[in-house]
Amino acid sequence: MTALAPTAVVGRARFAKVRAFGGDWIIWLSAGVLVLFALAAVFAPLIAPYDPEATDLRNVLAGPSGDHLLGTDQVGRDTFSRLVYGARTSLVGPLAVVAASTVLGVLVGLVAGWRGGRLDSVISRVLDIMFAFPALLLAILAVTLFGKGLVAPIVAMSIAYTPFIARQVRGLVIASRSRPYVAAYTVQGFSPTDVAVRRVLPNISPLILAQATVMFGYALLDLAAMSFLGLGVQPPTSDWGSMINDSRGAVLLGEPLTAVVPSVAVIVTVIAFNVLGEELGDRIARRDA
Amino acid sequence: MTALLEVEDLCKTYRAHGHEVAAASAVSFRLEEGGSLGIVGESGSGKTTTARMVVGLERPDSGRIVFRGQELSSRPRGRSERLERARAIQIVFQDPYLSLDPRVAVGAAVEQVVKLHTKLAGADRRRRVLDLLGQVGLGEREAGTLPRRLSGGQRQRVAIARALAVGPAVLVLDEAVSALDVSVQAQVLNLLTDIRELTGVGLLFISHDLAVVRYVCDEALVMRSGEVVERGSTAQLLSAPQHAYTRVLLDAIPRPA
Ligand SMILES: Nc1ncnc2c1ncn2[C@@H]1O[C@H](COP(=O)(O)OP(=O)(O)OP(=O)(O)O)[C@@H](O)[C@H]1O
Ligand SMILES: [Mg+2]
Repeated sequence: MTALAPTAVVGRARFAKVRAFGGDWIIWLSAGVLVLFALAAVFAPLIAPYDPEATDLRNVLAGPSGDHLLGTDQVGRDTFSRLVYGARTSLVGPLAVVAASTVLGVLVGLVAGWRGGRLDSVISRVLDIMFAFPALLLAILAVTLFGKGLVAPIVAMSIAYTPFIARQVRGLVIASRSRPYVAAYTVQGFSPTDVAVRRVLPNISPLILAQATVMFGYALLDLAAMSFLGLGVQPPTSDWGSMINDSRGAVLLGEPLTAVVPSVAVIVTVIAFNVLGEELGDRIARRDA
Repeated sequence: MTALLEVEDLCKTYRAHGHEVAAASAVSFRLEEGGSLGIVGESGSGKTTTARMVVGLERPDSGRIVFRGQELSSRPRGRSERLERARAIQIVFQDPYLSLDPRVAVGAAVEQVVKLHTKLAGADRRRRVLDLLGQVGLGEREAGTLPRRLSGGQRQRVAIARALAVGPAVLVLDEAVSALDVSVQAQVLNLLTDIRELTGVGLLFISHDLAVVRYVCDEALVMRSGEVVERGSTAQLLSAPQHAYTRVLLDAIPRPA
């Protein structure tokens, strides 16, 4: 999460040359992977060949085969089916975090950046303090206070992620404030609120969306970590994080596959969100430059 | 008789990097009803600062802006005061590439202003928008276009139409033709003269080029480091400049031998 500086998606032109050659394929690949996972989550019952909870103690830790594409886990559950169903929880959690923190962040950042002055100083100070607390730490704290499960970590992380959007929006709004087109709206007689919400916000929203996309990956990683620690989703529900946790025993037995499959899913998704968000952000920044 | 616009002793000092810049010191002028006044001066002489104070984008440190006998507050309160101030004075900025909202098509940009300032709706409003665009030589074809598809000259016409949509009594043009090609400049200058005759709007025309100012204005001020150093009719300023600085400005104008 530290890599996600508030300006992370704004002006990074280092790889501009490479990208000019690379063309669009990296964007399409990332988007393709994410669409695939999203479709898997939505149509899980149609795609998964087995009940993800059905155990088969006569067929545990089986390798990949025609019957079990990705093998089975230590109690004989089909890993592929669990992966497909696990996509639901794994994606819905971060979606909630990103939606909530984006709404909150836009609100706070817009007020701070647009109003400026004392209010901005106070808000900025509070955001600085919030930056000092890692999202994962807040999530763990929330669990100790409110109990295990997804709700407490999601609420805590929504708050912990808010500064990333808020700071970005504040910066973009301050930059917009001195733009002649914004000054023109003011001179024409539009109210300050109208200018901020209906004129400035739509112009900066593509960059906010890019930032939210990057955040989605990090939120997924953090929530998977919570589940891996046994603090997130509780059985019988499972997500990719809890699948990794479940397979610790198997890994010790020298059967890493059940751990590798969900780990790869997490890594691929996080990278896809990251690449997509950064890439979109760069393009928008370059287009607007 | 009360003037259309009377500016009295406007002062503005900026503090940047520890030192102070007097961007405008005691700037005063009068613009009569339907008149046109030029402001000339080199870069950094305080023209933009003065314009921004006049339209209410910048708060003067001291001084008054009086519109038809009524002082304009630099912080309008409430909707009606805001709209009233907008109808008093509008501005066209220098850079047509930055002054239009990139997301809003030309017709919509004008229409939202008409919507804010009039009760016109539906077909009536559409007609008004097309009238305004027609006044600046743009048609239905441009109405549906985003600014990025237009040339600099076309964009500046949009900016003028958008300002006129408010129905202002004064139109400030801050280097409004400086970014344009010479032939396009002439077109826009002609357009401004036509609009002034047609609508009776008072013009405050700012430029670093006295020759351009003469084209539009009968009278002008010469500014230097925030101060008005000379004022008079543009003909007189051109033929018999009193201040040495005005002569320097004149020498900068290329003239056919
Ligand atoms: N926001 C600001 N902060 C600090 N200094 C400023 C600011 N705006 C203008 N100035 C300074 O005030 C002085 C007058 O600037 P102004 O933009 O009014 O000049 P100008 O006549 O419009 O010049 P130009 O022809 O380059 O547009 C300059 O020295 C400028 O550096
Ligand atoms: Mg200027």
